[in-house]
Formats: sequence, structure tokens, C-alpha cells
Amino acid sequence: MATDRIIGIDLGTTNSLVAYMENDRPIVIPGEDGLNLVPSVVALDEHDQIIVGNAARKYLIETPERAVYSVKRLMGRGVEDVQDELKLFPFRLADDLAAGEVLRIKLGNKTYTPPEISAFILRQLKRNADRYFGAPVSKAVITVPAYFNDAQRQATKDAGRIAGLEVLRLVNEPTAASLAYGLDKKETATVAVYDLGGGTFDVSILKLHEGIFEVIATNGDTHLGGDDIDNLLIAIALDDIQGDLGVDVRRSGEAVQTIRKAVIDAKIALSSQDETVLDVDLPNGKRYQRKITRPQYEQLIRPVIDRTVGPVRQAMKDAGLTPQQIDEAVLVGGSTRIPLVRRLVEEQFQRTPHADLNPDEVVALGAAVQANILGGGSEATKEMLLLDVTPLSLGIESLGGGVVKIIHRNSTIPESATEHFTTGVEGQTSVAIHVVQGERELAKDCRSLARFDLKGIPPMPAGLPRIEVKFLLDANGILHVSAREARSGKEAEIEVQPSYGLTDEQVEGMILESFDYAEEDFAQRQVIEARNEGDIILAALEKGRKSPAWQQLTSRERDDINKLENALKAVMPHDDYQAIRSAIDALNQATMHLAELMMDTAVTTALKGKTMETADVGEGPASPHPIAKAEIKS
Amino acid sequence: MRAAHYCQECGKVQPPAPVDYFTFFGLPYKLNLDTAQLERDFYALSRKLHPDINAKANSSEQAWSLEKTSQLNDAYRTLKDPVSRTEYLLRLQGVQLEEQSKAATDAARQSGTAKKQVVPPDLLEKVFELNMQLEELRMAKKMGESDPALEQELHDAKRSLTAKQNAMLDELAAVWSPWDALVDRMAAGESVTEAERAALRDKMLAILNRRTYIRNLLREVDEVLEN
Repeated sequence: MATDRIIGIDLGTTNSLVAYMENDRPIVIPGEDGLNLVPSVVALDEHDQIIVGNAARKYLIETPERAVYSVKRLMGRGVEDVQDELKLFPFRLADDLAAGEVLRIKLGNKTYTPPEISAFILRQLKRNADRYFGAPVSKAVITVPAYFNDAQRQATKDAGRIAGLEVLRLVNEPTAASLAYGLDKKETATVAVYDLGGGTFDVSILKLHEGIFEVIATNGDTHLGGDDIDNLLIAIALDDIQGDLGVDVRRSGEAVQTIRKAVIDAKIALSSQDETVLDVDLPNGKRYQRKITRPQYEQLIRPVIDRTVGPVRQAMKDAGLTPQQIDEAVLVGGSTRIPLVRRLVEEQFQRTPHADLNPDEVVALGAAVQANILGGGSEATKEMLLLDVTPLSLGIESLGGGVVKIIHRNSTIPESATEHFTTGVEGQTSVAIHVVQGERELAKDCRSLARFDLKGIPPMPAGLPRIEVKFLLDANGILHVSAREARSGKEAEIEVQPSYGLTDEQVEGMILESFDYAEEDFAQRQVIEARNEGDIILAALEKGRKSPAWQQLTSRERDDINKLENALKAVMPHDDYQAIRSAIDALNQATMHLAELMMDTAVTTALKGKTMETADVGEGPASPHPIAKAEIKS
Repeated sequence: MRAAHYCQECGKVQPPAPVDYFTFFGLPYKLNLDTAQLERDFYALSRKLHPDINAKANSSEQAWSLEKTSQLNDAYRTLKDPVSRTEYLLRLQGVQLEEQSKAATDAARQSGTAKKQVVPPDLLEKVFELNMQLEELRMAKKMGESDPALEQELHDAKRSLTAKQNAMLDELAAVWSPWDALVDRMAAGESVTEAERAALRDKMLAILNRRTYIRNLLREVDEVLEN
């Protein structure tokens, strides 16, 4: 049993997926409900248990104060950044948030940070993978929007750690998609990836060359996506409802979520139909209906879609390419199903875009490909290597509040820069460095990453110490800083105050909690699933006894089966997974012959003119059972 | 001689050493460079050094891989671009790029102006006119008025400055060959005087300074036009 399986995860704004590369093909691992997409919705049920995914969706409508969606929008952000978000999304922040503290969101009477909520989603995906493999996985590649800054990346990595996953790499979503697309392509090509998801937009330009995927430029907007279209439609519906029906339901979470659901249905319908009816049964018994035609809809959402044009042009400019030089344009993300989006992409790149792979799944599939590469590669990936870039410039605040850029955007990562600092005052023993990320000229307009305090500088006349500070952006796009005093060669002490984000200690605390859960969870689920399997086989055996095939067995065979049946019944009530498992296996083995005989009887009966169903073959003891998936070869 | 990046026998990453970018790629200190070959070397080294390839190596090898790949990326980015390559070589030669060339500095000192404000003489008239136009358009925009004729003039100025900027690349490249010839002569053991080297360095520096000046002007024009 391989313990170093690495899974690929797309932690999306709207939906999340987990994938794995099996036999040279990436596949999406379905959940227990058989569905590939796990909605990125987290709810707290009436027993304060965390519910994730499809099961959590009903809480959005029934008890909206106990559910949260689109939490990705809050990752790595401070209170002051999310004011706009708070107007549009029903995020409920904790009342006791202190300035500079990581956001906490209320679910019922509990509060969680965005990385913790993301960790609940990741844990659900991990469970799905554990279940699929029949063994726990602990390593993952997680995708992030290419335009995510350092804090957003760090928050995603923290979420992975909290969920009990070692995050081997953060991969940019459009780049991951290109990996999935490029699996069979060996020729040289320049590709543009247009990725419009639920909450984020990215565009990346890549050069493909003999298996090397080299990103040349990337751009985007981490707060632009399908959510924004939903919010536009919701606002219109709310206005209408007040105007036509004379009720203001803005403050009713239940009503707003009911409208949101209807709006999403209408949005999806308008991707394939010329018109649809927005139809909402309001909780107060009133009904709101409104016909929307495709042209009306397109006129309405045009401003949102047009916001993608700026980043597309900037990426092309940075890549130094004209649309004619792009060989292929690829569509990624659920929102690229909108015909208007496709037309815009066609205009921008002057060619028909590809959408051969499911735009909801392609990022997860690409994450699985990257996971495979990190795991040592396989026949399909052995020539593949991803060379990605940093989306944002990195700079240091200078005197007067300006920014001195030390790493430029679209530089291939990993990437480093060394800067020298000195003291301004006689005997000064510490120097403060403020690191920012962004393209603006003034530090206050850029994103503050962290303040570093270089300490323990030997007292010297002003300007004499030479402190060499090394900034290293790793392959995840995350910054590491080290410093030494060049004269003494001594490592300087650095105290880091991240502007946004959890401290290591905070993350550690959160991990321990969820680790307890995870181990317990896994063991418990294994037992429950084994019991279910035991019930099924016992029921099937009961049926088998009534079948004529039972009489065809030798008395020895019947004795064996009876004995093993009792053995299974004896271990089933106990929490010993291994014992139940081996009892099931033994009984399965012993009833193999019975199953074959039953099958023969069924076939004979069928040949005599009866259908299989009436022949009552039932679920033979050895027929595939619901958790057969856990036994799939790997 | 190229630095030892990985073991020829087992392919393992070797510890990083502080080397300059030319040495990293095993290149002589010359400015004419086969960029297609450089790209091939970059890809080939990436396949050996990248953290993704070394994800299963031990932790010190992973650290070396990260460090070396960042060196590789820095070196490749610097050398593939003609301007940054020339600037880098000049810096290796001890030239402080932030300053103007010696000749320009002397001129500045005599006229009593700060070095940064030295306008290349042939651009003086043009810059004066351009600054007036920029100011005018800034004011017009502030008042919420549009001035299509003025904007057109600025677009024209932008085009001619861009052409100048591009022409400067050719000028710069024209100095590469004499420089490379000096390097060859030194390699052959012939004597090369400091004056010969300084003359070429100053020439390149003067071109780079003019180019920087034009680039800054262009940025300003873009800002005013786009705002």
C-alpha cells in the first residue's frame, strides 16, 4: 500500500475537487455521493458538527447564519480589505475582532478563520481520497489563483496544514489547467489560458516546448468571477421584489439565499437558452417571477465580463506578444460556459478557444498531473516540467514612502534578490524593513506583506554596518527572508510580523485539533463502512439460503459458511476494523461458489423466459458492494 | 568553465556557490550571445536543478535545488535581455550604473546641475517641448476637458521616442563586437590598456543612460495619456 500518494486539489471559490493520476491519466475522485464536485460550502449543524459540500447546501437556505460559502474571497485578507465583500456576501465577522487580527467568521455561535473553514473543505476532499484508496493520504498539491499574493498563498498553505495535509506545492490554477491540456502535446506552442471561476479571474500566457511549460506572463483579479454576476442579478431581484411586491427581504438571509439559488439556475439556463424565467418562491409565501432574455442578460453582465479585458491586455503586453502570435486559447472555470465570455475571448485572442476538457475539472486534473511529477513522474509526465512566474512585483518601502522594486512581476520562480541595508544613526542596533507586493509607486498603495526587524546589529557609527538581506520567492510564490551582517558574517536575527495571516503557533494549535479529528474520523468511518458492508453480505446470504443454489452446496461448504457468518456477526458490534474486515473477506471467499451457482440458476431461469429480476438473484454474497471502490487497484 | 551544478554520474544537485551569471552558464564575459543556445541550456539545467525534479531528494538537496534554481532563473533572465546583459557586465566591471558616465558627470559638475537631471544634448529641445505638452494635457484633464489635437501630438511623440529607444539597441549592439574583440585579445595574452576598455565602457554607459532617460520619458507620456 503506497503511503506517499500525492493528491491534487482544486480549492475553488464555488466548488472544490480532488484528483489523482492513475495509469497515466488524471481522474477526479468522487465523494461518497458519487459526485465529483464538492461545493465549497461549510455549515454547522444543530449538533455543532461541521458539514461540508452538497450536504451543507441546504443549511445555506434553512439556517444561513450557520453556513458560509465563497470563503476563498477572504483568504489572506484583512478587515479593511473586505468591506466591499461584506456588502455583497452574507459573511458574518466575529464581533470581537481586534485590529490586525486574522478575520474570524461566525458559524452559529462559533467562529473560524478563513484558513480553518478552507481546512474543513480540504479535510472533506482528503476523506474522499482516503475512502477511494482505502488508506489515508497525507500529501497534496493545491491550486491557487495565479494572481494570489503572498498572504493569500500562505493562508492556503496554512489551510492544508490544518487539514492534516503536507502541501508539497501550490500551483497556479491556469498553469495547472495547461498541464492537463498539454499532457499529450509535445510540439512547441504559445498558449493563453483564460480562467474565470466563481470568484477569481486569471489569464496566463505560456510557452510549451518539449514538455517544458514556461509561463511568460500572468495577470488577473482575485475578486472577479461568477459570484459577481450572481450578485448583480440578486440586486435586481431584490429591487423588483420591493417595487412589485412591496416587501423588502434584504435582511432575510433565507430569502436572499433562495433568490441566490434561483439566480444561479437562471444564469446556467441562459448559457444554453435564449430566455429564462427567474422564479423565486419567497419564504413569506409570495412568488416572484421575471423573464430574462439573453440580450438583457448580456447587457447586464457585460461590465463584469469586460473587467477581464484589462488583465488580458496587460498579460499580452508583458509577454511581448500580439494575438496573432498566440497558437491556442484555452477556457477554464465554470463561468467560461457563458457565451458572452467565449465571444470576448475569441475577440481578444482572435481565435476560437478550446474547451475540450470540463472547465470545472481541468484545474484539479492538472493538479494531479503536477502531483505525479513531484512524486517522481511516470511515463506520461517524465518529460514535463513547469516553470511558473510570480504575478506581482516585490518591493521594499523606501524613505518617503516610495517603493524600491527588488523582484519584478512575471519573473520565473524560484527567484531571489539581495539587498544591502545600513544604519542611519550612530549605535543603531536594529533596522526595520517593510516588504510590499504590487505594482504601484507608493508603499501605501501596495499590499503590505510583512515588517522585518533586523536585530542584534553591533553598535557602530552610522552607515558602517552592512546588512545583507536575501529575499527568496520559492516555487510556491511564497517569500522567505534571511539576513546577515556582512562585516561580521553573522546571521542577523529577524523578527517577522506578517501583516495578514496566522502565526506558526496559531496554525500549530489548529492542526492538533483537527488531527485528533482526522485520525478518529478515519478509523470511525472505516468501521462504519465495514459494518455496512457486513450488513449487505449478511442480507445477501439470507437470500442465498432461500435460493435453490443453497441445496447444491456440499454440507461442508454450508457448515463453513454458517461458521463464518457467526464469526462476522460476533465481531460486527465491536470497533475493531481489522477483525470485521477479515471476517467479511473470509465470508466473501466462502460464499464465492454459492454466488456462482446463484448466477447460473439466474441465467438458466432467464433462458427459460424469466427476467433476471424475477429470478431473484438479488445481490449475491460476492456481488460488488457499495464500497468496492476502496479496493480499487492502485 | 561552467560551475558544477549537478553530479554528472548520479544527477544529484550540488551545493550552490556564489558565481556570476556568465560563469553560471560557462560563458565568456562577452556581449554577443547566442540566445537560442542560452535558452536550450536554461531548459536543460532546469530539468536537473528545479525543485519539482528534486522533490523527493533529502532536505539539504532540496534546499540546494531551490537556491540553484533561483540563481539559474536570475542568470537566465539577466543574460537573455540585451540591455540587462550589458548593464550586468558593466556592473561586473565595477561601473556604478546609477551614476552617469564619467564624461557626463564632469559636464554636470561644470554646469552645476545635479547628475540625474542631465538631459542628453540632442534631446534637449524635444524634452522641453514634450514637458510643456505633458503639463498642458495634465491641466486639461484635470479640468475635465479633452484636447484631441494635443493627445495626437503626444501619441506622435511617443512613437518617435519608441523608435529612438529601439534604435539605441542597435547602437548598443554595435559596441558589443569591439568589446568582445578586447576580451578575445586578453584571452590570447595580448595587452589591452585600461584606456581602451574605459572608452568602450563609457560608450555603452552613455547609450544606456540615454535609453533610461527616454524610457522614463515614455513612462511619463503613458501615464498622462492613460489617466
